[in-house]
Amino acid sequence: MQIQFLFWEGCPSHEPALERLRTVMKEEGVTAEIEIIEITTREQAQEWRFPGSPTILIDGLDIDPPPPDAFFTLTCRAYTRKDGRISPLPSPELIRRALCAAREAAWLP
Amino acid sequence: MANLNIGDPVIPLSLPGVDGKDYSLESYQAKPIIAVIFSCNHCPYVRAWEGRMIDIQAAYAEKGVQFLVISSNDASQYPADSFPMMKERAEQLGFNFPYLYDESQEIARAYGAQRTPEVFLFDSDRRLRYHGAIDDNYEDPEAVSAHHLIDALDALLAGQSPAVAATPPVGCTIKWKPN
Repeated sequence: MQIQFLFWEGCPSHEPALERLRTVMKEEGVTAEIEIIEITTREQAQEWRFPGSPTILIDGLDIDPPPPDAFFTLTCRAYTRKDGRISPLPSPELIRRALCAAREAAWLP
Repeated sequence: MANLNIGDPVIPLSLPGVDGKDYSLESYQAKPIIAVIFSCNHCPYVRAWEGRMIDIQAAYAEKGVQFLVISSNDASQYPADSFPMMKERAEQLGFNFPYLYDESQEIARAYGAQRTPEVFLFDSDRRLRYHGAIDDNYEDPEAVSAHHLIDALDALLAGQSPAVAATPPVGCTIKWKPN
């Protein structure tokens, strides 16, 4: 399993988000290394299809796929929680679902 | 870092609102307390807190508290923060405070605002009495343990100084225009 954590230094959410990712990975017994990638320019944001900080990719897939008209730039990212509220952090449930889906996909023939 | 220290006088402002009117502090001379809050449309921290901004304004309006919420972001780089989008957001959410456009970013620079949201709370003498975050938990209103803005409002309305006069503002950076 490949896990990539993309962040922009200008948004303060990356440290708590990385901690949350590590916690959920530990709870799920996922021992993959996290590749931490800092996005520093708008060109990089475009290249990585980075809708904002933080963005977590598992096996190349965004854990919360952005809409087709998403804007890629240096900004904080808004995640919609299950209760409809907005948060700068992905929820533990979102991370967990993505990790489990990736694990299941790896088991499929 | 903010350009105002606790106790400093308010910096005057005159800005257009999304309702087509112009707003200045002179309009609110009768209000005992004014909160100048730097905000915007796109920031997830604002979006996490803006329900609480609306609720607090609603709860404290009759006590003479007036919020003035200002967006200063560069809309050419962040189109979600454009004036038409501000108007749309205010209508969608039923903002109960003026939502003002600091297009030149002059007011944000004068205040030394750095984050959205960032609160500057002034008393009836228009002296800064609280600066910083709305509370200590952007993600979960039910898990707030320190209601910074509410506590400051309650203290001022009781004729006292806020126990906590300043907290680090938490949120997105203000999106400055390139020089």
